[in-house]
Formats: sequence, structure tokens, C-alpha cells
Amino acid sequence: MRRRAFLKTAGTGLLALSSRVRRALAAGEPIRIGLLSPLTGVIAAGGRELVDGFNLYWDQVGRKAGGREIEVVVEDDASNPNTALQKARRLVEQRNVHMLVGDILANTGLAVAEYVKGNGVPYFIPVIAADDLTQRKRIPNVIRIAGYSASQSTRPLADYALKHGVRKVITVSQDYTFGHEQCGGFCQIFTEGGGAVLQQIWHPLNTPDFSPYLPQIQSLNPDAVFAMETGADGSRFIQQWANFGLKDKIRLFTSMNATDQSIIRTLGPEAEGVLSAGHFCEGRDDAANKKFVADYEKAFGKLPSIYAFSHYSGAMWLAQAFEAIGGKVEDRPRFLEAVRKIKLSASPLGREVSLDKYGNPVYDIYIRKVARRADGKLWNVPVEVYQGVSQFWKYDPEQYMKQPPYSREFQGIKKA
Amino acid sequence: MKRSAAAVLAAALLSVPLVLPGYKTSLATEMLIFAALAMSIDILAGYAGRTSLGHGALFGVAAYVVLYHVTVAGGDPWVAALLGIAAATVVATIFAVLAIRASGVYFLLITLALGMIVWGICQRWTSVTGGENGLRGAVRPAAVAGPAAFYYFVLAATALMAFGMWRFVHSPFGLTLRGIRASESRMRSLGYDVSLHLFVGFVVSGFFAGAAGVLYAFFNSFASPATVALAQSVEGLLMVIVGGVGTLVGGLVGSVAIITLQNFVSYHTERWSLVLGLVFIVTMIFAPEGLVGRARILLARHAARVREP
Repeated sequence: MRRRAFLKTAGTGLLALSSRVRRALAAGEPIRIGLLSPLTGVIAAGGRELVDGFNLYWDQVGRKAGGREIEVVVEDDASNPNTALQKARRLVEQRNVHMLVGDILANTGLAVAEYVKGNGVPYFIPVIAADDLTQRKRIPNVIRIAGYSASQSTRPLADYALKHGVRKVITVSQDYTFGHEQCGGFCQIFTEGGGAVLQQIWHPLNTPDFSPYLPQIQSLNPDAVFAMETGADGSRFIQQWANFGLKDKIRLFTSMNATDQSIIRTLGPEAEGVLSAGHFCEGRDDAANKKFVADYEKAFGKLPSIYAFSHYSGAMWLAQAFEAIGGKVEDRPRFLEAVRKIKLSASPLGREVSLDKYGNPVYDIYIRKVARRADGKLWNVPVEVYQGVSQFWKYDPEQYMKQPPYSREFQGIKKA
Repeated sequence: MKRSAAAVLAAALLSVPLVLPGYKTSLATEMLIFAALAMSIDILAGYAGRTSLGHGALFGVAAYVVLYHVTVAGGDPWVAALLGIAAATVVATIFAVLAIRASGVYFLLITLALGMIVWGICQRWTSVTGGENGLRGAVRPAAVAGPAAFYYFVLAATALMAFGMWRFVHSPFGLTLRGIRASESRMRSLGYDVSLHLFVGFVVSGFFAGAAGVLYAFFNSFASPATVALAQSVEGLLMVIVGGVGTLVGGLVGSVAIITLQNFVSYHTERWSLVLGLVFIVTMIFAPEGLVGRARILLARHAARVREP
């Protein structure tokens, strides 16, 4: 009796199992995407928006691309490179994802990049901007879809400043690689075009008070200041800049992070009129861009930040690649080749976008100004566009990569 | 009974790459590395009564030196391992000179401050440490490159270290450390040089923390300010507390418990740090002596009950 009962349960169990296997085979296994995002830690708010932006696109296309289901497995990198590495391992080795996407902080992205360098898992980085990941230390399976390299967007900004009569600048920046690279791009173009950098101020991340620096800036009497700030430092700087009465005296240019939605949505009139440069411009009059902004606003009740935008566009990019190879992401070389060859159009990125041969997109970069929308919300609107800007600006790539990477010591400043 | 328990533990540890290949093996490797760090902290916290918040820095310094020697200077990983341990020991010597005169919360604060200095240096000395981005590159020696081989290497190294630490704390010298924990003044009046003993205890503990850091560098191929940060020291200390202070094996138990919990909980919710916090609070209230300590008490009670009737 007992044996019979056992056989019965075992039999039905096996049947159920085999039917499940058959169903899985018929539908095809889903494409599993491992999404790493800082859901806790210093940049948790941005991490949430990253996931929202990425999922928004997949929801819009019914979580299907290239004839296969899309499964997004989210892991929290805790804004910590060691955790990011652990989670990347788990996604690849335990959850068997076909590719990794995400991370915000450069150090987390670099840690994961080092890991995939060893095992060839495709890793896409719509936000990680560290220059060398697509330059001197590029890794074939690490591709910056819908992302940008740090110094890419500040070069047009320097050019714009020069054309508008700025001759003397001071740079203020957070003292870490992302800041060094953005300032480097700015300073190199600015000094090669005949401008002078009077001083460079490097302050630690999370500076509670900028008042020691502001009088110093005033006393040197520059034409403009370039400020590279992310997160809370960005909003504090913009506020104090206005509070010290410098807003109407000295022109202020910032990195795209400092006037990103994640910051200006909490600011008031003090942010209005600040100029920055970036490949994303939420107030741009373009069908795909408007649709994305409207959809995002409808879904989450706020204007999208760079993190949401990049990952939405990144998802679009991946979807096109999946279509191109009929969903066969298991064939890594073919998949990576497809991703590299994509020419993405009708995306919020603007005109048709493609990668250079080093894995970094060539974009139109907008000089953006913070303005008020009809309903009073602040957003960035374009005032000028630089078409087809690559990570190497107008330099010859091989020649360019012979100069050292930007650092606090090397800013590419040309001596007059 | 103790012997059979040890045999079971050894068999379980040896079979990990066979039974749990892939990610779980790497998780087990990480547990062993953190167990070594936790045990090194326990030498001071459990036996000398000095709770250090600077061991994450010692651990991280060793990791940095390994990465620097291999990826920047192009050296041999085994030499890098020796240099890493040496560097951690040197830093531990400096820490020890500055910290051993204090005890209790002052010792905690001094080691915390020293750790923060190391963190600050790693963060700001960009040309050497790579600043916020850290240093990365394949540094694992070729002989132990595979995940299973590396696991066995770490297992052997950790076992060796655990044995070394066990011998150390149970040696006559280790007894003097316990004496210091119990009563510093009595030890002094018995003619022991308390400062010297604490100094040696600290340096030995730093040596082992450095060795764990070397393993971590081999494991992660990466070091950044987060590796030397306060959070690292705190994590090591929490492992000791959860496992059981002054038991040495508690370091292993705590490391396994916390890393398992981290991975298990974060699988289900992004609020995993909250759950972890609750677990710590519950441990503090119901088992302040740690898991190993608690188990020992329960076993003793059980034994007494069996004997009585």
C-alpha cells in the first residue's frame, strides 16, 4: 500500500514536471537580464529611478523582444563595489543571467567590469562614465549603450563658453575620478581655445558648506565658474551660489548631473538659468523624447532623471539587438556584434545614434538651460546643439589615448 | 563527541565545491575569508578585552598592497602576498603603539580614528590608490585560479591561520592576555608588562587580518576605499559578536551566519539591511554571548540535567 502510494505520487510528480519542461521548451526560455542598481546607500534615490526607467520600457513592449520573454532580475549593489561584485557573481553564477546591465557609481561599475573581463559575460553600462572603460582599458564585452564617457559632454560646454566671451574660469569639483575627468575635458578644450583656468578647487564628496570657497572665487574675479557636482553637493552648491549673490555676477556652467532632474526637482528659482551640457534634455521638442517624458511622468509622477532616461534608452537598445539576432543571446559574439552595430533611431536620445568602434555612443550634445515649464516645474531646455560628438571630440582617437587619463594632476591644460 | 563534530565540519568544508558548485562555492570562499578576519578581531576583543574598529583598515591595506604590487608594479602574486601581510603588520604596529594605552570606549575610538585615516589616504592619494575608483586587475596566482582550487587554497590558508590563532590564544602568552582582560592592575602587580603584551597581541592580530586581506584581494581582484572603510571593520566585529566573543570558532559561525543572511534576505527584499539590523538587536537581547556561547550554555545545561536524576 505504502509502496503504491509512493509510486502514485512519484508518477504524478514526474508527469507534472515533464509537462512543465515541455511547456518551457515550447515557449522558449526567457532572456534573463541581471540589473544591478544601488537601491540602498548614498545614491539609493537614483537607483530606484534606474530600475523604474528600465522596467518602463519592457512593460511598454509587453516584456517580449526577439521572440522571447524578457525577465529582469534586479539586485541591489548597495552603492558599494564589494557588494556589487558579490551581486554580479550571484546574478551570473546562480541566476544564470545572459547579461548584466546597470550600476551608477563608477567604482561599482569598474568592479563589475573587472569581473566580466574574466568570464566574457556581456555588461552594459548606461550610466558608468569612467573614460577608460571605453578608451585605454576597454574590455570587449563591456559596452556603454545609451551612456556617455565623463569628458564627452563637457568639451562642447567649454567650446560654448569660449564662443560666448568667457576667457577666465575657475572649476569647482568633487574630488574623485568622475570629477577629474569632467573637469579635464572642460579645461583641455577651454585652454586650447585660448581661455585660462585661474584655479581649480577640489572638495571632498558631501561637502556640507561651500562658503569657504565662494569668497575665494569672487576675489579672483573670473568670467565664469564650471561646477562639477553630483547628488546633494549639487543642490547645496546651486543654493549657496544664489545665496551668496553670485548668481547674477558670475556665469555658472555645471556638469549635467548638477542640473539633473534628481536635483532640480527640489530646487526653486536659484536653479533657473544655470547652463550645462548633456545628451539628455527632458525639455527638448522631439516626438520620442516627449513621449518618454510624458510616459514616465504619468507612471511615476515626476520628470525623469538621467538614470531613468539612460536605462530606458538602454533597454530600447537591447531590444533592437535582441530582434536583430532573433533572441539568440546565448551566442555571445554574435550578440555583442549586434549590439555594436545597432543604429538606434526614434529614441529619446534624439537623432540616430550609434557606437564608435571603442563601444561609446556618438551623440548630439545639447547645451541646456534650466527653465520653467508652463506648469511651473523646472526642467532643462536646449539652447544650442553640438552634433555628433564622440568621446574623443575632434581628436584622433589613437593620438588622444596617448595622453594620460585625466586626474587631479593631469587636466590637459595648455600653458599659454 | 567534540572529535566527531570536528570531523563532520571538516568533511562539510571539504565537500563544498563538489556539492555546491558555482556561486555558492564563491560565497563559501568569502565566508572563510571573513571568518579569518573575524577571528583576528576576536584575538583582541575576546581574549585581551580590546574591541578594535581598525581591523578593516589592516585587512584593506593588505589588499591594496597586493593589487598595487601585481597590477601597477607588475610583480609576482606570491611576493605580493608576503608584502601585503608585511604592510598590514607594519600598519598594525603603528596602530598598536598609539592605541594600546587606552581601553574600553577610548580604544574603540582611537582604532576607529586610525582606520579612518587609512581610509582617507586611500580615498585621496589618487596616483597610488586610484582614489574612489580603487585598483583592479587579475591578481590571483595561476596555480589556484579555478574556483574549486581557489576554495581549497583559502580553506587551507584559513585552517592554518585558525590553528595558529588557536595556538596563540591558548599559549601561556595568550593566558596573559586573558589575565589582562580580567584585571589589568593585578597583572601589572604580578610583574607583567601589560603594554608590551597588548602590543604583541595587537600586532599578531593585525598580521592575521592582513593575511585575510591578501586572500580577499586574490578573491575579488579589486580594492577600493570601501575595502578599508569603517563598514568593513564593523562587519568583522559584528561577525565576532553574532558568533560569540572569545570563542575564536565564533568568527567562522558569525561569518557564515551573516553572509548567508545577507544573501538570503537580499534575495527577497531590498530592505535587507533593515532585517539584518533586527537580527543583530535580537541577538544582543537574547544571546549576548553569541551563537557559539549560547550553544555552549545550552549544552552545559543539558549535560547537567542528564547527570542529575
